[in-house]
Amino acid sequence: MPLRLALSRRGIDGVTLLVLPAALFVVALFVYPFLYGLVLSLQPKAGGWLANYAKFFSDPFLYGTIGKTLWLAVPATLLNILLSIPVAMRVRRMHRQRLLTAILVLPITLGTVLIAEGLLLYLGPQGWLNRALMGFGLVSHPIRLVHNYWGVFISLFISGFPFTFLLTLSYVSGIDPSLERAASTLGADTRSRFRHIVLPLLAQGLAINFCLSFVQTFSVFPSAVLLGAPAGVTRVISIAAYTAAFEQYDYSMASAIAMIMGFSQLIIVAAVLGARVLVYRGPAGGGKG
Amino acid sequence: MVSASRDFRRLRLDRVSRDFGTLNALQEVTLDVGRGEFIALLGPSGCGKSTALNCLAGLLPLTGGSIWLDDKQIDHLKPEARGFGMVFQNYALFPHMSVERNVGFGLRMQGRRGAEAARLVAEALALVRLGDQAGKLPGQLSGGQQQRVAIARAIVIEPPLVLMDEPLSNLDAKLRLEMRAEIRRIHDLVGSTTIYVTHDQDEALSLADRIVVMRDGRVRQVGRPEELYARPAHADVAAFMGFRNQLAARVVAAGGAEVTARIGAAELHGIAAEALDGEAAIVAIRPDDLTPRADGPLAARVTAAEYRGRDFYGIAATAEGTELYFRSDIRVAPGETLRLGADAARVLVYPRGPA
Repeated sequence: MPLRLALSRRGIDGVTLLVLPAALFVVALFVYPFLYGLVLSLQPKAGGWLANYAKFFSDPFLYGTIGKTLWLAVPATLLNILLSIPVAMRVRRMHRQRLLTAILVLPITLGTVLIAEGLLLYLGPQGWLNRALMGFGLVSHPIRLVHNYWGVFISLFISGFPFTFLLTLSYVSGIDPSLERAASTLGADTRSRFRHIVLPLLAQGLAINFCLSFVQTFSVFPSAVLLGAPAGVTRVISIAAYTAAFEQYDYSMASAIAMIMGFSQLIIVAAVLGARVLVYRGPAGGGKG
Repeated sequence: MVSASRDFRRLRLDRVSRDFGTLNALQEVTLDVGRGEFIALLGPSGCGKSTALNCLAGLLPLTGGSIWLDDKQIDHLKPEARGFGMVFQNYALFPHMSVERNVGFGLRMQGRRGAEAARLVAEALALVRLGDQAGKLPGQLSGGQQQRVAIARAIVIEPPLVLMDEPLSNLDAKLRLEMRAEIRRIHDLVGSTTIYVTHDQDEALSLADRIVVMRDGRVRQVGRPEELYARPAHADVAAFMGFRNQLAARVVAAGGAEVTARIGAAELHGIAAEALDGEAAIVAIRPDDLTPRADGPLAARVTAAEYRGRDFYGIAATAEGTELYFRSDIRVAPGETLRLGADAARVLVYPRGPA
């Protein structure tokens, strides 16, 4: 049968059918909702088919959420990445890696709500931090760390760091340690080794890490509500979508906001991944192993 | 190309030790290396030879002893302050840098840039015959070419000492022979001092001015290749130098260096290669020297034979079950019985310890 032959030459045969369940899964859980949302967003309650988008970008209370979300997501992600590098470099050489990893992974399993509750207790005006600071006479009034920008930022940092760290650790561990040893015999001190060897080999991993962490942070919702000022500085884009959907019952508008949210993420991710052409993307080994 | 940094007279390892927990990887290794020498550290895996090299490079701190370059103690210096060139077993080329930048890395770290650095890099690449590959990434090179880059990178900084850690073990047999000659040619041409770690006795014999045989973290013997080949100082060194027949024997007569030893019912004449302290002895003979002969004292039955082109190599078993590795000019076949013997000068007798 010539068709079957032609297909098998391209690597398509009976086994290829095994991809179908996964493909169906993606269609059912991603493609269909996405298209449904897109179509829904183009059927506004009133006005032309782009009315929702026009409304979003003409109302500062709405379009401002993009900026507010970025203002939280980008610094939090960057801080996580920057901090994860030295920690990963250190942990790579440790023998008790598993224990530490387990401790660090704990916040992931706790979930954002529990973290938010904890932070409210610890960092609130009557929390132990402020009591301690006032007790020592370091401050005269409680410092505000919750129900504002910093509350959300701290929570994003705590819940995001383990994920970022584990990803960085795997990229750092992928760098052949003999490369750094070779660099040191060639006269490179710790700083030069990091700058000339580790960082260039890590760059593309960090870019991917940034994208994955950023997407998580960008969709921040619970901590922005619980720990932030959801009507003010931390009125992030997901809150706007929630308000539209469940307070104004305007699903069409909510879908439009979700679409805008998706595209905002896409632009940032595309920009970061596009910038990878500037860095080395090959293997991080030192030769034949 | 001799620079001031290369201008030292003597490298001295003084009772250098390195422990890993309770494991003594290096035990009081003392060694003197003169400028321009090619030293091979030879031994089976786990003997401490790579540990010694890493200690020299500064990649592993010592747990005892000291290292001196003339009258300067260097064992407390970090690797980047020692300035020794090192060639790693897996080459450790920087995958994100071109061949040229790999080779120039050491010069850049010394703050040497511009035309002078470019000239040195070009010279080093020409020396390893890679002048036309300067712009490539290491991943685009063959194993042998990567090895050459690693060598060029190590020698371009004109280090007082070049350290090589089994640099040929990842290459195929033919390339290994080629690179062996190449390494010696480069050593002679640039006048460097080289310390070369290997587990391959052929490599050590053909490359080195002096060989340091190591075992269990200790130096067993130091000598010129001919000395080591002809007269290993201990039975274990002999085993490593190709004396594959190590036969349990009993000394029956000793006069000066000449010894008569009994193996089962057979009597062999040989030379005491180490002071004998009793009757229990080991008789060591290379397969090359053990041949069939009419008056051979060892009667044995051939159990295996293989044709090697010019001659035959075989295994034979004595009546007591001892296996003998031998060489024969004429065809031998399994099942045949032979009488095997060796010239007394090629039979080395060592004391048999309580082990």
